[in-house]
Amino acid sequence: MTLWLMAGLLFTPLAWAVLTLLTDFVWGRRVTWVGILVQVLVSLGLWLTVAQHGGFYYDLGGWGAPLGIELRVDGLAVTFVLLTAAVASACGLHAGVYIDQHKPWHRYFWPLFWFLWSGLNAVWLGGDLFNLYVGLELISLSAVGLVALGGNANALRASIRYLLAALLGSLAYLLGVALIYGQFGTLSIAGVVAWLDNHSAPAGPGLALALMITGLALKTALFPLHRWLPPAHGIAKSPVSALLSALVVKASFYIAARLWLAFGESLGSLAAAQMVGLLGGAAVVWGSWLACKQAQLKQVVAYSSVAQIGYLFLLFPLTYSVSESVSLQAQQGITLQVISHALAKAAMFLAAGNLILSVGSSRIDALAGVSRFLPFSLFSFGLAGVSLMSLPPSGGFAAKWLLLQASLGSGQWWWALVLLAGGLLSAAYLFRIYRASFAENPETDQFFHPSKSLEIIPMVLAVMALGLGFVSEQVLSVMALPFAEEGAP
Amino acid sequence: MTSYLLYALAGAALCGIGLFGLLRLSHLLRKLLAFNIMGSGVFLIMVGLPQHQSGPDPVPQALVLTGIVVAIAATALAVVLIRRYYHQSGMTSLEGEAGSREGGPL
Repeated sequence: MTLWLMAGLLFTPLAWAVLTLLTDFVWGRRVTWVGILVQVLVSLGLWLTVAQHGGFYYDLGGWGAPLGIELRVDGLAVTFVLLTAAVASACGLHAGVYIDQHKPWHRYFWPLFWFLWSGLNAVWLGGDLFNLYVGLELISLSAVGLVALGGNANALRASIRYLLAALLGSLAYLLGVALIYGQFGTLSIAGVVAWLDNHSAPAGPGLALALMITGLALKTALFPLHRWLPPAHGIAKSPVSALLSALVVKASFYIAARLWLAFGESLGSLAAAQMVGLLGGAAVVWGSWLACKQAQLKQVVAYSSVAQIGYLFLLFPLTYSVSESVSLQAQQGITLQVISHALAKAAMFLAAGNLILSVGSSRIDALAGVSRFLPFSLFSFGLAGVSLMSLPPSGGFAAKWLLLQASLGSGQWWWALVLLAGGLLSAAYLFRIYRASFAENPETDQFFHPSKSLEIIPMVLAVMALGLGFVSEQVLSVMALPFAEEGAP
Repeated sequence: MTSYLLYALAGAALCGIGLFGLLRLSHLLRKLLAFNIMGSGVFLIMVGLPQHQSGPDPVPQALVLTGIVVAIAATALAVVLIRRYYHQSGMTSLEGEAGSREGGPL
C-alpha cells in the first residue's frame, strides 16, 4: 500500500510530465485532468495511512541512505502534500481554460506544471539534505520555465533574473550541505540531529547553517533579497503566478524551517534568530508599503507576497530558546499562515487574472466600473483579501492570533507591533484596489466576460482560505499526527 | 595539510571568484560562466572536505555526479533563455542599456 502511495506521489507526476511533453495543449489538458484525480486520491490515501499508522521513514526502491533516497513522512509533510494537491489542482484546472491554446509554445505549460508538482512532493517528503537540493532545483527550473512562457522580452528578463537568483540560492545551500557532510559524515537531517545530541556542538557547522538559511532566504525572497520576485510573479500568466506565490516560495521556506527546528537550538544563536525575525518584520512593512505604490494590479499582489513571506520568518525568533508550548504555538501559527496565504494568494492571483482579462488592461485605474460587470471575481478577490488582512474568522486571523500569543508568551512583544502594522498596511493596499473597482467610469462600457469555470475556481479557494479559521483545530491536528517509530532510521 | 584539503581550499577560492563574477558582471553569459565556476568550487569542496577527514568516500562523488547533471540542466535552460532574450530585445544584460559594454553577444 505504502509502495503505491509513494509511487503515486513521486513517480506519477514525472510520468505525466513526460506524457504531456508528447501531446498538444488540448490533449495535455485531458491527460492532466486524469493526473490531478490520481494526485488528489493518492494525497488523501497518504493522509489516511499516516492517520491510522503514524508517520514513517521510507526508502525509495528499497535503497537505504546514504546512496538511496530516504523519505520522511510525518504530519507536517502530509499537511503540505494535501495543500499542494488542493492549490495545484485548482491552478491546473484554471490554466486549462485561461491559457490561450492557439499559441504553439503554450503546450509546454503541462510538462512544466507536472515537473513542478513532482519537485514539490519531493521537497515535502525529503528526509536528507541532498535530495532536498535536487527537489528544490527541479522546482526552480520548472518555475523559471513557467515564467518564461509569456514569451516576450519582459517575461524573459524577469525569468532570467529569477533563474540567476534561484541558482545562487541553490549554490549557497549546496555549499552548506557540503560543509555539513564534511563535518558529520551524514546527509540525513535525523542523523545530524542524533550526532548533535551525543556531542557538544562544534563551531564550524554554524557557518554551514547560515549558508543554507541564506540561500533558502534568497529563494524565498526574504527582504532584502526579494527584488527578483515582483517582476517574475507580476509578469507570469495568472495561474503560474498563483502556483509560484502559493507553493514555490513555500518549498524553500519549508526546508529553512525544518533545518532551523532541527539544528537551530544547537547551531544557531540568539542574535541570528532575532536578525532573521527583524528582516521578516522589515519585509512585512517594506513589502506592504511598496504594494501601496504600485500602478499594476498584479504587482500589488506580488508585493503583498513579499510582505506575507515576512511573517513566515518570525518562526526563527519565536522558536529559539523559548518554552515548548510557545514554540509549538509559533509553529502552528506559521503553518496556518503558510496554508492561509497559499489559498488566499492563489485565489487572489486567479481572480486578478479574470479582472485583467475582463478589462483588457493590467492597470489598477482601468478597473473602474468592473464592479458592475464582474462582481463574482471581484468578490473572490475581496474574500481572499479578508484573509490577507487577517480579519476574523479567516485562516489569516487564526494564524496571526497564534503568532501574537507566541510573541507575548515569550516576552518578545516587538513582534506584535509587526503583526499590527502588517494588518493595517495590507488593508491600505487592498482598499486601494476596491476603491478603483467601485469607481464609475462612463467611458468604458465594454467588458469581456470570462467563462464561469474561471470565476468559480478562485471563489472556491477564497472560501477555503476564509473557512480555514473555523477548522484550524482540525488542520493543525493533521500536522500533529504522531510518528510511528521514534529515532533515526 | 593533505591534498584533499588543498582541493577544498581551491574550491573555496573558486566559489569566491564565481560569487564575485555573478554579482559584479553584467553580461549574462559571463554571469552564467561565473555560476558554473562557483558550482565547480562547491563540487570541489564537496569531494575534498569529507575525504580530508575520513579517507576515500564514495558518497560525495555520487552526489557531485548528480550535482553536475543539475548544473548542466540549469546551464542549458539559462542559455536558451539568454539567447531568446537577445533575439527579442537585442540586449545582453538585464540593466536595460541597448547592447552591452562589450558590444553584442560574446
